Amino acid sequence: MTGRNAPGFLLLIISLNLAFAACARRENSQPSGLPNRVQNQPTGAQQTGVETDDGQWTMPAKDYASTRFSSLDQINSSNVASLKLAWSFSTSVLRGHEAAPIVANNTMYVVTPYPNIVYALDLTQPGGPVKWKYESKPASASQGVACCDVINRGVVYADGKIFFNTLDDYTIGLDAASGKELWKTHVGDINKGETMTMAPLVVKDKVLIGNSGGEFGVRGWLTALDATSGKIAWRAYHTGPDADVLIGQNFHPFYTQDKGKDLGISSWPADAWRIGGGTTWGWISYDPDQDLIFYGTGNPGPWNPEQRPGDNKWTCGIFARKPENGEAVWYYQFSPHDLHDYDGVNEQILLDLPVNGQTRKVLVRPERNGYVYVLDRTNGQVLSANPYAYITSSKGVDLNSGQFLYNETKNPQAGKVIREICPAAPGAKDWQPSAFSPRTGLLYIPHQNLCMDMEGLEANYIAGTPYVGANVKMYAGPGGNRGEFLAWDPVKGEKVWAIQEKFPVWSGAVATAGDLVFYGTMDGWFKAVDAHSGQLVWQFKCGSGIIGQPISYRGPDGKQYVAVLAGVGGWSGAIVAAGLDPRDPTGALGFVNAMTDLPDATTKGGMLYVFALP
Amino acid sequence: MHSKKAKFVSRNGRALLMLIVVVSACKREQRQFDPPPTTTNPAIVQSELQPGGAPQPQTSTKSPVEENANALSDGKRLFSLYNCTGCHANGGGAIGPALMDETWIYGSDPASIHSTIVEGRPNGMPSFRGKISDYQVWELSAYVRSLSGQLRKDVAPGRSDDMNVHRSEQRVERKTPQQSTIPKAAEQP
Ligand code: HEC
Repeated sequence: MTGRNAPGFLLLIISLNLAFAACARRENSQPSGLPNRVQNQPTGAQQTGVETDDGQWTMPAKDYASTRFSSLDQINSSNVASLKLAWSFSTSVLRGHEAAPIVANNTMYVVTPYPNIVYALDLTQPGGPVKWKYESKPASASQGVACCDVINRGVVYADGKIFFNTLDDYTIGLDAASGKELWKTHVGDINKGETMTMAPLVVKDKVLIGNSGGEFGVRGWLTALDATSGKIAWRAYHTGPDADVLIGQNFHPFYTQDKGKDLGISSWPADAWRIGGGTTWGWISYDPDQDLIFYGTGNPGPWNPEQRPGDNKWTCGIFARKPENGEAVWYYQFSPHDLHDYDGVNEQILLDLPVNGQTRKVLVRPERNGYVYVLDRTNGQVLSANPYAYITSSKGVDLNSGQFLYNETKNPQAGKVIREICPAAPGAKDWQPSAFSPRTGLLYIPHQNLCMDMEGLEANYIAGTPYVGANVKMYAGPGGNRGEFLAWDPVKGEKVWAIQEKFPVWSGAVATAGDLVFYGTMDGWFKAVDAHSGQLVWQFKCGSGIIGQPISYRGPDGKQYVAVLAGVGGWSGAIVAAGLDPRDPTGALGFVNAMTDLPDATTKGGMLYVFALP
Repeated sequence: MHSKKAKFVSRNGRALLMLIVVVSACKREQRQFDPPPTTTNPAIVQSELQPGGAPQPQTSTKSPVEENANALSDGKRLFSLYNCTGCHANGGGAIGPALMDETWIYGSDPASIHSTIVEGRPNGMPSFRGKISDYQVWELSAYVRSLSGQLRKDVAPGRSDDMNVHRSEQRVERKTPQQSTIPKAAEQP
């Protein structure tokens, strides 16, 4: 498709005026609306030991601001129609592939779902042959405690090393050149229901990692490992006494409800915090200027809220911490006393945005509860929270008190089925990360449109088995489309365009300086749309449904490539990946009910696809 | 009320006490017609290839409860109490495989299922050895079989106390059990 159409162009102008005045030149598309760290990264460039040039993709979120924006522009709307498959690679694993391929020093690194094999592919050779392969051989029993398929969200590259987590709770450091194991640290216990699925983030000399297992009554944490030795530097729990949460003198939450001593104990029934969840399986961002990391905490356990009266601190919220020692600086709770499994672990994109005529350092968070939050990232104040999906479970956010306003008629109860709770348990958006383009000023959000019926049941805690206490059935929200890919204007706080998809859009997104946005669908279409208009400009049918994170990089031949892993699965795709029985609507925590036609639309199979212009 | 429960559960950490209470309560109430067999580890034949010709007769340990509707409804209750539902949903599967379909990795006869529960299975089925009384394991095994219509209709549970999730075990379509052709372990290198 040629050129920009008029409305798209207008939008660009508006966005540029509002937010990003300096992005006019197409070829030099340094994302200048971003916090200055993108160009001027004291860490990124030096610490990762790679060129300052933007042609690589060393961490799943692309940069510390988590933009997933590639400044490469060879592929654009005028030539994307001729985008072709350059090469492909079978991972030999059949479960859900959620990882981002990582590119550093002309090598691509891919980690598979369990059994967590890492492949290094040589980009200097035709067809990307395997340079080395590392088999982490996780305990097969760990598959039994992975709530939502045995996925892994990616490796990270820093300073000549590759870091990743295994399903059975090891964090491993490898030599990026040889694949040699440098260290392997045991950080969790599958017999408590702990697994690991998130991609680490490296900040200075720390590898930041978190646990999964919010459906098993684990106690959530974020841990920093020393990148050289693999030794644990600090660990911050997300329930329990302040000392364990690393809350001290420098903790200054913005709202009163987050102030007080040992709230991680007093906001729970006695001792329930020990098995209270609040895991870290999502995304971490880093602001070098403030030297702060930002990340969210998962749902409290069990799902049945009647067993845990109180705000259940510090679950379903966001922490700002010092990477050096982990001390908490501020916190905000998106969903206090969570009722619907609205984990607070989604990505936060760090931007400088005009708010009431003033430029503010913000973080933008498309939250699982259905609102796009804009928070002042210096203090945790909520500047806005606007719905981006159909919501019945809440009435909004009070911007004065920061309180989340639940709709009480949708509160789950034991022994009673509450219907039409929207969004459903996976939220309006689950883990699948958005992308931001400083050229359009828009955030591109892959997400789902699901509602649920939910009944609370008494959950019985037996370590190492699920601690949920709910019967759930999910189904499509209004319109009948279960997925949507939308463009959001974070300045105005409104939807710009949206593409309806049949199935939940469970893949990540990448935006490029060619003004294209890529994402994949669960029936296997990898799509490019015009970043301004949302018009579909190219698509390719992959062998299996796509739930991975697309990326774009510059190859050693100077050409721009786009890569994505296909391989259906994850919570939404468990019906195919694990062969579940469609007759039980409560299968896969109720997701099966919404996905009974997925087995007709796709089959399993992990495969990497790499695209380029001819 | 609820906070008291939660307190109890968490104070004991593992809710072991609760299990003991349940176990002893069941002993009191159980209506046992056949004494349970002592063996809990019957030999399971996992291969149709049996060198030297004539296949070995399968050692089948008779379930003491399969004709007992009371035990079956108990089995249904235990299936949620021991968090089987957390991993197998209401039979359609989640983390663990579907139990209401015709595919069986480790055998569909009562003794094999009994062994699955007691020994555990390598790809994530926990071993409940020492956690569930032998009689309750038989009740659970019988209930698991009722999910795919393997038991007499007048024995299988007819109703559910909770959300109506699928046809009751009494009305479920009978599936002819088949050994899974691709064991899970081989599917994932
Ligand atoms: C922590 C999760 C988990 C819990 C709790 C759990 N299971 Fe399983 N179960 C699994 C997994 C995973 C498998 C598949 C194991 C394999 O393939 O090696 C399995 C397999 C089985 C099988 C074998 C199915 C076949 O095709 O042969 C049966 C029967 C079974 N479970 C019954 C139960 C019962 C009864 C309970 C409760 C007492 C229970 N499970 C609790 C995860 C669980």
